[in-house]
Amino acid sequence: MNPTHRVFLDAGSGAPLHPAAREAYDAALAEGWADPRRLHTEGRRARLLLDGAREALASALGCRTEEVHLAPSHTAALHTAVVALHRGRRRAGAGVVLSAVERAALHAVAAHVTDTHAAPVVVPVDRVGRVDLGAWSAAVGVPGVALAALQHANGEVGTVQPLDAAHEAAAAAGVPLLVDAGASVGHHPVPSAWDALAADPRDWGGPAGVGVLAVRSRVRASAPWPEDEDPWFPGGVSVPAAFGAAAALRAVLADRQATAPRQSALVARLRERVAREVPDVDVVGDPGDRLPHVLTFSCLYVDGEALVTELDRRGFAVGSGSACTSRTLEPSHVLAAMGALTHGNVRLALPRDVLEADVERFCDELPDVVASVRRMAGAVGL
Amino acid sequence: MSVVVDARGLRCPLPVIRLAAAARDAAPGTDITVIWTDPAARHDIPAWARMRGHEVRATAPLAPPDAAPGPDGPDAFATTVRTAG
Repeated sequence: MNPTHRVFLDAGSGAPLHPAAREAYDAALAEGWADPRRLHTEGRRARLLLDGAREALASALGCRTEEVHLAPSHTAALHTAVVALHRGRRRAGAGVVLSAVERAALHAVAAHVTDTHAAPVVVPVDRVGRVDLGAWSAAVGVPGVALAALQHANGEVGTVQPLDAAHEAAAAAGVPLLVDAGASVGHHPVPSAWDALAADPRDWGGPAGVGVLAVRSRVRASAPWPEDEDPWFPGGVSVPAAFGAAAALRAVLADRQATAPRQSALVARLRERVAREVPDVDVVGDPGDRLPHVLTFSCLYVDGEALVTELDRRGFAVGSGSACTSRTLEPSHVLAAMGALTHGNVRLALPRDVLEADVERFCDELPDVVASVRRMAGAVGL
Repeated sequence: MSVVVDARGLRCPLPVIRLAAAARDAAPGTDITVIWTDPAARHDIPAWARMRGHEVRATAPLAPPDAAPGPDGPDAFATTVRTAG
């Protein structure tokens, strides 16, 4: 095997740039470099590209163009959505309800906007990572809740959330629902059950430097920052990045019908081979109702960092939710909330052009990699 | 019959490896108490027990929360597992 042949299996929120994104980015750089706020021909050209990007994104997300706001990143989109929607509901209360498996940025901003008297209500999940609907409905129904947040699907373990029922419960209580669709848009049918929705271009092969926040016009929001021509994200965003993101989304949605089943079949194959060929492995997440391209498993008695490093040495780039692979030395809160094993974790997100032969080779090499890391730790015969 | 495994200061996956070695050598139905400080152990000891059919009996802090930091301080916990059989 050619040692320089790299197999990238960590495409979650950092997918390789889609060719359509690169092409659109280059074109927009040539045509749309000017400030879209200016009234001259160059400025209007940039404005046209930016408006076109928002229109395309709105059409993909099933909302109106004026409901789409462009952020500098997915994290910024989530932070801003929570801050502005929470403040927009200050007469109703200060509470925030969110699931235990939301991404860290959402937990952080929920804690930021709620004071100590109304700490965020974290709704538990079951063993596959699906939110407890009974607990969710009870939590959003308590008076004083300003905002609820639930992801469309979990980017670490792939499980899809029961959004329709969760949105219905929130709506019945008059509570707006923010949906983090950062891991799903481009991979799974776009949901319609939301009041605000954040999507991540980096996850579908768009350029870095842009995020997408859609807010239904009926939703009340209030910004605690100064007024600007771009009221949600003052200063606006890079026109080429926005145009590239929209072009990439259009392209991936156009071939999703072909890509998703192919990725699903490869993930099913991985799931089956990993469970069969690696002893003492915990394969995590819902086996059926899941994202097509994500798979996570944990290997007992294995150091996650050693596992990622050894796979990297053999040409495979993978993610991990193990404590030793994070800066904080805390394990993934998602795995912890599910009661899954947190050490020895491998997180795969298949890029859309992943080769079947590379997936098979990963399965061929994994048992030996796991065994060698276990041997190094003295974990033999346990 | 009970066994104590001191895994304080060890990082994941070592507390679980030490616990598994003690469980392998113990008779079925033995209570093994593992003392740990690594935050991942809180999740990984129950996950290991589930995968191996053992039973987690209890987890409790080793010292009161206002104890001085150190190996016997507020970061140390004791988890008791009863081996399968």
